[in-house]
Amino acid sequence: MAEDKPSWKEYPMAATIHSPGSATDQNTGDWKSMRPVRDSSKCDKCGICWIFCPDAALYMTEEGFYEVDLYHCKGCGICAHECRKEAITMVEEGE
Amino acid sequence: MAETPGDLFLPRLLPPQEFFAEGNRGCQGCGAALVMRQVLKAAGPDTIVCNATGCMEIISSPYPETAWRIPWIHVAFENAAAVAAGVESGIKVLRRKGRYHDRRINVVAVAGDGGTADIGLQALSGALERYHDFTYVCYDNEAYMNTGIQRSSSTPYGASTTTSPSGRESIGQKTQKKNLPMIVAAHEIPYLATACPSFPLDLMDKARRAFQTVGPTYLHILAPCPTGWRHASDLAIEMGRLAVETGAFPLYEVVDGKLKLSMKMETRKPIIDYLKPQGRFRHLKEDDIKEIQRRVDENYEKLLRRAELDEGG
Amino acid sequence: MGERVGLEVSLAVSEAVKLARADVIAAYPITPQTHIVEELSQMVADGDLDAEYVMVESEHSAMSACCGAAAVGARTFTATASQGLALMHEVLFIASGLRLPVVMAVANRALSAPISIWGDQSDVMSERDSGWIQLFAETGQEALDLTIQAFKIAEDRRVLLPAEVNIDGFTLSHVVEPIVIPGQEEVDSFLPPYEPQVILDPEKPVTMGPVGFPELYTEIKKQQNEALLGSYEVILEVWDRFAESFGRKYRPVEHYRTEDAEILINMAGAMSGTARIAVDMMRETGKKVGLIRTRLWRPYPFDEIRNAVKGAKAVAVVDRALSFGGQGGPMCSELRSALYPLAEKPVVTSYIAGLGGRDITVENFQTIVEDTGDVLANGPREEYKMIGVRE
Repeated sequence: MAEDKPSWKEYPMAATIHSPGSATDQNTGDWKSMRPVRDSSKCDKCGICWIFCPDAALYMTEEGFYEVDLYHCKGCGICAHECRKEAITMVEEGE
Repeated sequence: MAETPGDLFLPRLLPPQEFFAEGNRGCQGCGAALVMRQVLKAAGPDTIVCNATGCMEIISSPYPETAWRIPWIHVAFENAAAVAAGVESGIKVLRRKGRYHDRRINVVAVAGDGGTADIGLQALSGALERYHDFTYVCYDNEAYMNTGIQRSSSTPYGASTTTSPSGRESIGQKTQKKNLPMIVAAHEIPYLATACPSFPLDLMDKARRAFQTVGPTYLHILAPCPTGWRHASDLAIEMGRLAVETGAFPLYEVVDGKLKLSMKMETRKPIIDYLKPQGRFRHLKEDDIKEIQRRVDENYEKLLRRAELDEGG
Repeated sequence: MGERVGLEVSLAVSEAVKLARADVIAAYPITPQTHIVEELSQMVADGDLDAEYVMVESEHSAMSACCGAAAVGARTFTATASQGLALMHEVLFIASGLRLPVVMAVANRALSAPISIWGDQSDVMSERDSGWIQLFAETGQEALDLTIQAFKIAEDRRVLLPAEVNIDGFTLSHVVEPIVIPGQEEVDSFLPPYEPQVILDPEKPVTMGPVGFPELYTEIKKQQNEALLGSYEVILEVWDRFAESFGRKYRPVEHYRTEDAEILINMAGAMSGTARIAVDMMRETGKKVGLIRTRLWRPYPFDEIRNAVKGAKAVAVVDRALSFGGQGGPMCSELRSALYPLAEKPVVTSYIAGLGGRDITVENFQTIVEDTGDVLANGPREEYKMIGVRE
């Protein structure tokens, strides 16, 4: 018996989820074998990487760069492929 | 078309809020997730999504995780449009009786190509004909990707899927891609458009227009699928771009019955550029590709002529 | 206390929906249910009912639209029959699974093939396990009353489940009966506007109908079943409240001349009227016969049924549906199961009658009672009998 798991009484009715966007807690970052690395000297902060990311895994820093959110980035490589300045390269995880 | 070099910095002006959350379970490079992200940026928070069964539903709602930051309901596969019709009707009457917000709510039905062109076509047609004030978004990844890449009526000719496999006796999908947007256009709704997330500003402009239009509107959005199309995940945007630039997936709007091409391409990239990187087309022979090219040209010319006719009228 | 009028029963159901101030009606035409929705659409067209009437393109979409409307907090109604109910099948389970208090009238009709527009209860029996509260009416008054009550039961926060009112196609739906139409003010005070608990609202976004992994699916189904079982007490409460307001009393099981009865007939629906006549006639000849009519089919009234058969030697269950290759009558299977744990229980006999619009006559009931008497005397034979079938 898994006693730490909730009883039927504890689930919300019909399993309706009341925490919008709770997927954000999920670490989809551990799916990746390659991660994007930005060369800030080449980046012109255009935002193309951001708008093409299927995982909304980039966010703007105070300096106006788009930083990769490695907790969510699945390593698809779209940002690197789409960057017109070739400012992003995909490197092996662990390197 | 919005995507000119001068617009390159425009992403910085787009709404930063994400209504389709990071941490969703989409495959690497999922075009459909990107479609949803961009559509919801255009929609904003006053939006209710009625989602058909399919990729989008599965990747976004494994309890207790949800990628949705707006209200969302999933009922079944073939009825997204009917559920949306109920939501819209409910809001309409409750608002009249002072039991719901007065402000405009975007009621959005979301389904894949299977949920739209196949099993959901009847419900879609009914909801369009009844003229509900809602927007139907079809993310077209050109097969039943969620169940393992089976063919749909939206799978293009020659594509190999798990139920239209290429083989010694078969080219793969033997039929032409169903022209859903034109079937929808025949319902004479006020606004419909085709779009592709590789052209995000165009997509979001069209989505905004759809949401602002009173009455039924329809967005048919190509959603590159690295898993099902069998190309590298980093090529998802590139594949969408090539689909548009070869004329395989032309971008247009039909506004009050008048068709307008979003970018007119007198010359287009050869279709082989689009087919070659995709594993689903890898088996095609030179003659097959010639035939596909001929067909793409023919369809595109037809669209050009229709657009000219509609502009002239 | 309302007005007594001669009214077609279908129209009485429409009247009930109007009195309940339904917000959204989504329906598709199918015989013999059409009069209900035609009347409702006229009420909306004339401005007598302030509702959105969605004339959908199929019953599947009717139930889907009902789900959508109920999910934003609208009081929602539909009506169907037979193939239409069968086409809804998939969505019925979702309406109950999502805990949406949709109310539906079913003008019970046979299922194809061969296609038959005439009455029996095969349609609802195929949806027995859909998680809906299921009620059977015998009379027009009951059809009206149960429809009003169904909203109150379904919308109760302890319940939040869809509810279905069954009226036999033609034999009830199309007959004109004297019916008391309650006043609007009385109904308003009995049934205030629906106050939903969770709705689709941009100010409080929820995700309804997510993916349920094996880890929680069982718990969610348990939760749903507890709500359905628990609705029993709420139903009794609602019936008590209804009796206070309107003077008409309802119970899960109706008794007719059951005192000292040795053989009881058990059935549901409009044909009980004929059974009553048969009971009277047999009583006159000294036969100790009574009738127990099942009004509440889901949740099944186990205790009421067990109490109702106490002292009887046999129960003859008459089903207007056939479970092919199984026990025969679905209502009989249920009753047998309910009685099985009892140390002392009557003999149970099963009869299938009234399929596809065939009458169940007084003589049929006499035959059924005689046959049951024979089983009592000589022991059981076949699992069930089809009444009136030509061999």
